[in-house]
Amino acid sequence: MSFIRGYLLPRAIQYVLVTFLGLTAAFVLPRLMPINPIQQRIAQYQSFGVYIPPEQRDVMIRTLKELYGLEGTLFEQYIAFWKRLLRGDFGPSLAQFPTPVMELVSRHLPWTLGLLALTTLLGWVFGTIVGGVAGYYARSRWAKILDGIAMLVRPIPYYILSLLLLLLLAYVFPIFPLGGGAAVGVQLALNLQTIWSILRHAALPALTLIIAGGVTHFQAMKLIVQGVRAEDYVTYAKAAGIDERRVVFRYVIRNAMLPTVTQLGLSFGFVFSGALITEMVFAYPGIGWVLYNAVMNGDYNLIMAIACISVVAITTSVFILDLLYPLVDPRVRYR
Amino acid sequence: MPMFGDLYADRRFRLSFWILVLLVTLAALSFFSPYDPTRWLQVPRNQPPSWPHILGTTSKGQDVLWEATFAIRNSLVVAIIAGVVSRIIATLIGMTAGYKGGLIDRVLMSVSDGMLVIPLFLVLILLASLLRGRLNPVNLGLLLALFGWAWDARTIRSQILSLREREFTYTAILSGMRTLRLIFREYLPFVIPLILSTFIGNMAWAISLEVTLAILGLTNLDIPTLGTSLHWAMSYQALLLGYFWWVMTPVALAVLLISGLYWLSVSLSEYLDPRTRFQRIGVK
Repeated sequence: MSFIRGYLLPRAIQYVLVTFLGLTAAFVLPRLMPINPIQQRIAQYQSFGVYIPPEQRDVMIRTLKELYGLEGTLFEQYIAFWKRLLRGDFGPSLAQFPTPVMELVSRHLPWTLGLLALTTLLGWVFGTIVGGVAGYYARSRWAKILDGIAMLVRPIPYYILSLLLLLLLAYVFPIFPLGGGAAVGVQLALNLQTIWSILRHAALPALTLIIAGGVTHFQAMKLIVQGVRAEDYVTYAKAAGIDERRVVFRYVIRNAMLPTVTQLGLSFGFVFSGALITEMVFAYPGIGWVLYNAVMNGDYNLIMAIACISVVAITTSVFILDLLYPLVDPRVRYR
Repeated sequence: MPMFGDLYADRRFRLSFWILVLLVTLAALSFFSPYDPTRWLQVPRNQPPSWPHILGTTSKGQDVLWEATFAIRNSLVVAIIAGVVSRIIATLIGMTAGYKGGLIDRVLMSVSDGMLVIPLFLVLILLASLLRGRLNPVNLGLLLALFGWAWDARTIRSQILSLREREFTYTAILSGMRTLRLIFREYLPFVIPLILSTFIGNMAWAISLEVTLAILGLTNLDIPTLGTSLHWAMSYQALLLGYFWWVMTPVALAVLLISGLYWLSVSLSEYLDPRTRFQRIGVK
């Protein structure tokens, strides 16, 4: 019982509160902007050369207000926003009217989850292990070389990194396909050919994601390990003649890993939005690609839906992580 | 300038210093440009690099080199505005939270925690897609500043927390120094190195976000920045048509500029961190 009251309850309250604040921010921020999305949309139609007579204009403004959830006072809008949210209904997509937003999301989400869940994990595992060992042997030659590579790759904007890799590995040396989720015309059925095609298409985006994620975790881990390495208990363990491999992996890396576990949790949360650039560059049919098209078409409902989903995803993964944390770190007890 | 000499001994600092000197010179050249950066069809289109168009020309009929000088200048404007404004916010919030403590501290820090947890990139996309064409370098800089302070406010806060417990704080308070004066006269000098090194890191962050947002077509595309130059090159299929001089110029400049700033900030913060300074001189 003390576990529930002392550990679970405060965190659950915090979780609900942060989610609430995040979603409220998603509601408030667009409304703070000095811009009227309805006027913008009408202007967009007019710029296509559509003539809108004045009486139809009023009807249109009303319809659009309803679609955007912009009727009534701010408070009424807010209540309506929550009502729709709790029903999981974000209204129809504006660009692919009248397909519901949620249908689009659920159609493309599996692609993203498959690609990102795996690469996030792999990038983290590689980054942490290599970073950990490199941090322990920081003065060795190859640790410095790895560090140099990380220093070179880290600042490159992710878009440019993936563009360069695409150029190099799909265009100059055509090892990987240029883009897409599977070969054109492949029926998505459960057979070897389909799976091979999906894997081949996922390889290059996965590679860029692993590189980008791995380098970040590498640097963070290396820094932490360099700190942990100087602690007394490590010196003591070495003086006691404990096998060095055991010291590195069991004592140093395991202790240094804790903050990076938090990072991993956060990056799992960012899966829902973080793949935008990857999926745009590689034309990968996941949620980021949907988001990219939504941005291009000004599909406000869809952007809003993805923003809300990813707020919930992030807070939830942080919450779950908080609950799992004592399993990893014996110093944090379920008090 | 002994500090500069010490820093200059760091290879990364040397490299980034000269990269930045080169890029700032290029940016300054934009004031002498013979062309108006916003006008199209001023030179023959799609010319490969040759004299007098050293880096070739674009499909828009602009000279790549002169366009790039404006691009660097505007990207630097975004970065500097974002950096300066977010440093001001971070310093004020960090110092207030650290010095006042209690409820104010808890409120301010939960706000900054909230900022850290929100999917920043997504929020920026949401806002930028509403603002679209209005995002000139100044507005974009301000928008980025609004989101770029949270982590550094935290760092400054923890610095102030430790300063508050020092002897000289009590001396100052007991001798009747007013709070604001204490903070600005006594604490600020400790915080300034922190502000400086995070400022440069923040600039790199702002430039790389500018590139990303511009690629998505979410900023004012009429104004040349590193991002919008790349956007135009990509949307004119310069890559497939083989106009590599057009694509590679903004790519190379963006990588150079961001890497330069990143290395500068890494070498600065290592220089300022007393622990690594000991390591450097060889004391262990």
